[in-house]
Amino acid sequence: MNRIKILVVDDEFGIRAGIERILKNHTISYPFLEDDIDFEVLIAETGEQAVEVIDDSIPEIILLDNKLPGIQGVEVLKYVNAKYPDILVMMITSYASLDLAVEATYRGAWDFVPKPFTPQELKASIENAAKHLYLKRMTSKLHQDGKQIRFQFLSVLSHELKSPINAVEGYLKMIQNRDLGDNLDDYNEVVERSLVRINGMRTLILDLLDLTKIETGSKMRKLENVAIKELFAEAVDTITPYAIQKDITIGIEHDDDMVVFADKEELLIILNNLMSNAVKYNKTGGEVWLRASCVNESWRLQVEDTGVGMTKEEQKKLFGEFVRFKNPKAEGVNGSGLGLSIVKKMVEFYSGGIEVHSEPDDGTVFTIVFPKACQE
Amino acid sequence: MTNNNIDLLIVDDDRDILFQSRIFFEKAGYNVVTAESQHEAQKYLETEKPDAAIFDLMMENDDSGFILSYLLKRKYPDVPVIILTAVASETGVAFSLGSPSEREWIKADAYFEKGADLGAIDNQIRNFLEKT
Repeated sequence: MNRIKILVVDDEFGIRAGIERILKNHTISYPFLEDDIDFEVLIAETGEQAVEVIDDSIPEIILLDNKLPGIQGVEVLKYVNAKYPDILVMMITSYASLDLAVEATYRGAWDFVPKPFTPQELKASIENAAKHLYLKRMTSKLHQDGKQIRFQFLSVLSHELKSPINAVEGYLKMIQNRDLGDNLDDYNEVVERSLVRINGMRTLILDLLDLTKIETGSKMRKLENVAIKELFAEAVDTITPYAIQKDITIGIEHDDDMVVFADKEELLIILNNLMSNAVKYNKTGGEVWLRASCVNESWRLQVEDTGVGMTKEEQKKLFGEFVRFKNPKAEGVNGSGLGLSIVKKMVEFYSGGIEVHSEPDDGTVFTIVFPKACQE
Repeated sequence: MTNNNIDLLIVDDDRDILFQSRIFFEKAGYNVVTAESQHEAQKYLETEKPDAAIFDLMMENDDSGFILSYLLKRKYPDVPVIILTAVASETGVAFSLGSPSEREWIKADAYFEKGADLGAIDNQIRNFLEKT
């Protein structure tokens, strides 16, 4: 049960008792809230008393009569606005002083309840205020959660960006101090490794831009008919130089003349990420298979490798950001650790699904199913 | 005490940092042993006892360095451990080893930022070893 504290400030006993009676056993529920809301009613007879109660127990809603014996309701309103801007103040006022009520809303009152009111009218006004309160609370909570996730992402990101800087800086210091002697050739590996790390950093920045574009929705999409034959040829061209270095054969299987409706650039990004992983985490002399087929109206894309595979534990972490696995056979490889989160987000564009099947030491198969976009 | 017979274990999952540290500390006269992961270091520690150790913090786990310190200190409380990491300045999570309560849960003797002068770490290790 969620409880809202309401302070009733009125010098008329009848009004105070009436409101208390109406709200005492009243609960409200909203479809978006698990718990019902009920009320705790606090009472003040004068403005001076009201200020005390407000300071003591900080209510969430105040029902405030303007005409009070001592300081006026408007003064209490001013006090609340200055000190507790989150409290919702509702002015209780007679029809005769409606102008005053309107004036009060200009001064920061949330709403006003004209006197005399029926129990139904009061309940409706209060429900309105309660809803406002909860939505506000929920949004600020969501906002904070978002900030938290963003903060985590940024701290990991800065770690990822700083690591190569540290490495390159270390190498430059070695050169500066002539740590390996005066023969320039002895520094070949130092220079080579520095370049590899700088390259890794560039990949990270480019991937990061891709990811940002996807997340902000600012990526321009161009959906068209894409021939799988051409798509695969392009993807294979991109990866071939890398595959040759590791003596890896790339095989292709797809339905003849298969055409899918998609953004070609996006499919290439997906393929490049999956295939570079398939080569990176492969064994020398291994194979990579690229497959596409129509299944009813949807189509299936598969990238299979004969590589080092993954444990169940690793598979669980797979789609997280900055996740990279150590592969003793892929030494010095510098991925951004963002590739698969990019793939996953792109697949989500198509309301598709991605699955991974992997056996340690045996290989890995990524299968993506895209709904409703296949023509044979 | 010269560095000549000091076995120094360095653990870092960044092979470039590992390479650079090895060159530096070997030049400073240590016998350097390296490991590229928490897992590899744990295996080494099962059978071997280094004279001092330098651990990177974030490896397979976010707190791999702390885990290794804990394991090493439980077995060999007198072996000085240095945590070398870039984590604190990024996350804004500042931790030091100044107070006893901090040393209580972080079982390391000193903490250095990555990019720190390795000479300072060399001095620190020798200081620790002279005390024992």
